[in-house]
Amino acid sequence: MKPAGFAYHDPQTVAEAVALLGRLENARLLAGGQSLMPMLAMRVAFPDHLIDLNRVEGLDGITVEQGVLRIGAMTRQRSIERSAAIREACPLMTEALTHVGHLQTRNRGTIGGSLCHLDPSAELVTVAAALDATIEVAGPEGQRDVAIADFPLGFMTPALAPEEMVVAIRIPLWPREHGYSFMEFARRHGDYAIVSAAALLVLDSAGRIARASVTLGGVGAAPLRVTTAETALVGEAPTPALFRAAAACCEGIEAMEDPQAPAWYRQRLAAVLTRRALERAWARATGEAA
Amino acid sequence: MNAGRLVGRDVARVEDAALIRGRGRFVDDIAPAGLVHVAFLRSPHAHARILRIDVAVARALPGVHAVLLLDDLRPHLTDTRLVVALPSPSYRLDLHRPVLAETEVVHVGEALAVVIAESRYLAEDALALIEVEYEPLPAVADCDNALAPDAPPAHSWASSNLAAEMTVAYGDVEAVFAATPHRFAETLHIHRGGSHSMECRGVVALHDVVEDRLTVWSSTQTPHTAKRLICDLLGMDETRLRVVTPDLGGGFGPKLIFYPEEVVVALAARLLGRPVKWIEDRQEHFVSTTQERDQTWRVELATDAEGHILGVRGDLVHDHGAWTARGVNVPQGAVAAMPLAYVVPAFRMTIRAAVTNKVPVTPVRGAGQPQGVFAMERLLDRAARELGLDRAEIRRRNLVSAEHMPYATPLKTRGGIPVTLDSGDYPRCQQMALDEIGWAGFAERQRVALAEGRYIGIGVANYVEGTGRGPFEHVSVRVEPSGRIMVATGAAAMGQSTRTMLAQIVAEQLGANMANVEVITGDTAAAPIGIGGSNSRQAVLAGSSAHVAALKVREKVLAIAGEMLEVAMGDLEIEDKVVRVKGAPGHSVTLASIARAAAGQPGFVIPGGRGPGLAASEEVVIDAMAYANGTAAAEVEVDIETGAVTITRLVFSHDCGRALHPRIVDGQLMGGIAHGIGNALYEHMRFDDQAQPISTTLADYLLVTATEMPPVRILHMHSPTPLNPLGIKGVGEAGVIPIPAAIAAAVEDALSPFDAHVCRVPLSPVDVIAMIDPVPEGSA
Repeated sequence: MKPAGFAYHDPQTVAEAVALLGRLENARLLAGGQSLMPMLAMRVAFPDHLIDLNRVEGLDGITVEQGVLRIGAMTRQRSIERSAAIREACPLMTEALTHVGHLQTRNRGTIGGSLCHLDPSAELVTVAAALDATIEVAGPEGQRDVAIADFPLGFMTPALAPEEMVVAIRIPLWPREHGYSFMEFARRHGDYAIVSAAALLVLDSAGRIARASVTLGGVGAAPLRVTTAETALVGEAPTPALFRAAAACCEGIEAMEDPQAPAWYRQRLAAVLTRRALERAWARATGEAA
Repeated sequence: MNAGRLVGRDVARVEDAALIRGRGRFVDDIAPAGLVHVAFLRSPHAHARILRIDVAVARALPGVHAVLLLDDLRPHLTDTRLVVALPSPSYRLDLHRPVLAETEVVHVGEALAVVIAESRYLAEDALALIEVEYEPLPAVADCDNALAPDAPPAHSWASSNLAAEMTVAYGDVEAVFAATPHRFAETLHIHRGGSHSMECRGVVALHDVVEDRLTVWSSTQTPHTAKRLICDLLGMDETRLRVVTPDLGGGFGPKLIFYPEEVVVALAARLLGRPVKWIEDRQEHFVSTTQERDQTWRVELATDAEGHILGVRGDLVHDHGAWTARGVNVPQGAVAAMPLAYVVPAFRMTIRAAVTNKVPVTPVRGAGQPQGVFAMERLLDRAARELGLDRAEIRRRNLVSAEHMPYATPLKTRGGIPVTLDSGDYPRCQQMALDEIGWAGFAERQRVALAEGRYIGIGVANYVEGTGRGPFEHVSVRVEPSGRIMVATGAAAMGQSTRTMLAQIVAEQLGANMANVEVITGDTAAAPIGIGGSNSRQAVLAGSSAHVAALKVREKVLAIAGEMLEVAMGDLEIEDKVVRVKGAPGHSVTLASIARAAAGQPGFVIPGGRGPGLAASEEVVIDAMAYANGTAAAEVEVDIETGAVTITRLVFSHDCGRALHPRIVDGQLMGGIAHGIGNALYEHMRFDDQAQPISTTLADYLLVTATEMPPVRILHMHSPTPLNPLGIKGVGEAGVIPIPAAIAAAVEDALSPFDAHVCRVPLSPVDVIAMIDPVPEGSA
């Protein structure tokens, strides 16, 4: 478990990093290293060049402006978890982060690293999908935006050209009074989720559901928005039966299989966690739960 | 139980000062100048013929010192196999594993070449440059299928996959079963994974060319065995080899085995004339360190109408792995543990050990006993349910009672020594656990919970464990001219406070200052003979030898001091580093001056009349095992939608005789309990149907961590064994033994509304859901 040889590069700016990406063959970016370093040590990744982003200026930071949360790619997961602004404006993300690895890994792990590693059960990617995030990507031609829905090309494959890098994520905020919940089922605290579910609800003045977001992690090759469930919810008065019916939409979704969990089990978990998340989000939207 | 000045008290551990400051010395901390590093090429196939190995490119890589195959080692070896099996008439195949595989590989991870390079990085680079042409052969992935008549052989030369078979029997089993209508049969699948000590294995070898001596530091529980085997294999004179066990980051069984890597690294140091280091990484650990894995039990219990046990019969199929790296002691220990807590008038169990294309199986903490207990306890739960008896009551009716002690069972140990339960009050121990967990009121709590839609359950399991396997452990105690007390032993410390334990026992007799006692464990240069760490034995055997040796030295100290101070021995006491007259502390002589007097002067008589030197060396022989016992009671809540099992309460009552250090006892038990929870719910060493391991990282193989530990309450009884002078029974493995059985019973109880039947461990959430609401085979 020792990495094969690679050349190490230490750019100071995004432009330098992008230039290195354009110039070097078989290069990988090093963010927090919580996934890449074990992959190097196990020799499942063999980059010839490692471009360390840890000293690149301007890649970290959290801002909330005009209803949009922006988080720099190199912002540590622990910083996001502890951000009062995010807890206030985007509590779904705060709740999801308590499930991300362990305190020690969150101290190093970054949001950009999670997005680009694109593990199917990654909590932060699920949250980004739930919140219709936009990914800011820098490349030789300048910067472009990628909608989160278009970001995963497939299993652990982000829609990035070899010379591109993620610099930030932008999240349009939900109204202050929305209800939210992030639930996941993992074998042990801090393990990869077998399935996770994110739910967001906004009620109108009559108490009906005005807007809903339902997202599953760990089921498909990338986080899935369950639009059938969202459609079933919007315009309806929230009841346990409604949530049960909406959650049932998850049972037919094609699910991954691995030695931990067969597909049928993931489908069941998806429905159970979606229902529980919706109930929790509703309780929060009505102020009945913290 | 009366505590001494040190023995029986929670004194500070002597290990802590170094370990807490990061100043321990583990095998990877040993880095002699000129060190080179080793990596092993390991088979990616579970079973394959080796057609060709080409190491030319690897050898040419800059920084690579050598790439060696068995053919390169053969001229320097007296044997190319490790002949390590414990004696037993049960073997049907000779499965001595090779130093390196040469013509055939029989499990993923089996080593077939070794690279020695300037760094481990380069060594791993070179591994990738070795070309091996394999011809894959059919693999045996499952112990049950291995014994089918049409099963492919796990070794191409073997006529079958039956590694060993034996029957453990007494009483007229057939008559007993024929005479009662109350018969209960179960088929149980019991899996245990590995031990996963925090520190993997490792070896450093240093050849001193000036004196032609080889020192081998190995993360082994048995340095004396390693020395014997390296001497044998390399044809070395014993005076030329020293094997040392440095600080160990856990052993838990697999490190008691002698491994190919130990002899290869030792030989490489001699061949290269450079110190050589091999540190096993976690991926290697998953495929090359021994494990315990699978057993299938087809068992039947006969009782009378009141639930009194009449007999037990059945057969056990055991996954032996590809080689005999220790013996048949795991299944034998499993079967021996099965009836032990209870009065079982007739018993017959057949054991068949099946060869599979997997890492060899050898003991992991518990060494088969958790499986035997699981089988017995599952049968008792089944009988209680069908007879309409309370599950604790059927146990109470059958437990060996205090009035029966000592209770001679018809069983014998693997060495032919009669199994006699020496002491204890098993029914009272069970009652303590039941009272603590609130067994009597549980049915009502369960009813209330169920009305709220919560599924809670309770379970209980008993065990009796043979501890302190003999015959002896060496301990020497010597007072040096400095006044320091040196203790050396063949016992090997692997993190279980062995040095503290010995320092306590010796200092108890020699001044009660543990800081004045230096304990050397696991060093063949310090102890001429030794057996090492296994079988919850070191406190029992080394502790007894230390106690007797310390008493002898004390006697001599007092005799010499008496003569020097001109007082009777009986008027003296040893306090810290001096011997003084009771009631007149100023009238004293130091241990240092006594030691100097005992060392003699040319032409002068040694005082005390007991000969020269202030030392004693002991190997107290204790053949019979000391039987410890205990009860685990678990309460769980099951989430019937996700299958998650939460252990809400766990009570462990036990009797290890006299506790030398109560906090260390608690710590040992707690570690065992965590391991038992892992075996019940988490740890699963998975292989696919081609015997490819598929859980080879700690993200896939789930060890219990602090966040999975429930509240645990440990209750103690102290029935000293008459078998050793300190009255102690071993405790290193106890915690693990009854836990899977108790948790399985509790889950089954929680799911009683669904008529669930738990007949396997570990139980994953998927397994739990499948018991409640089975998904048809083949459905999505």
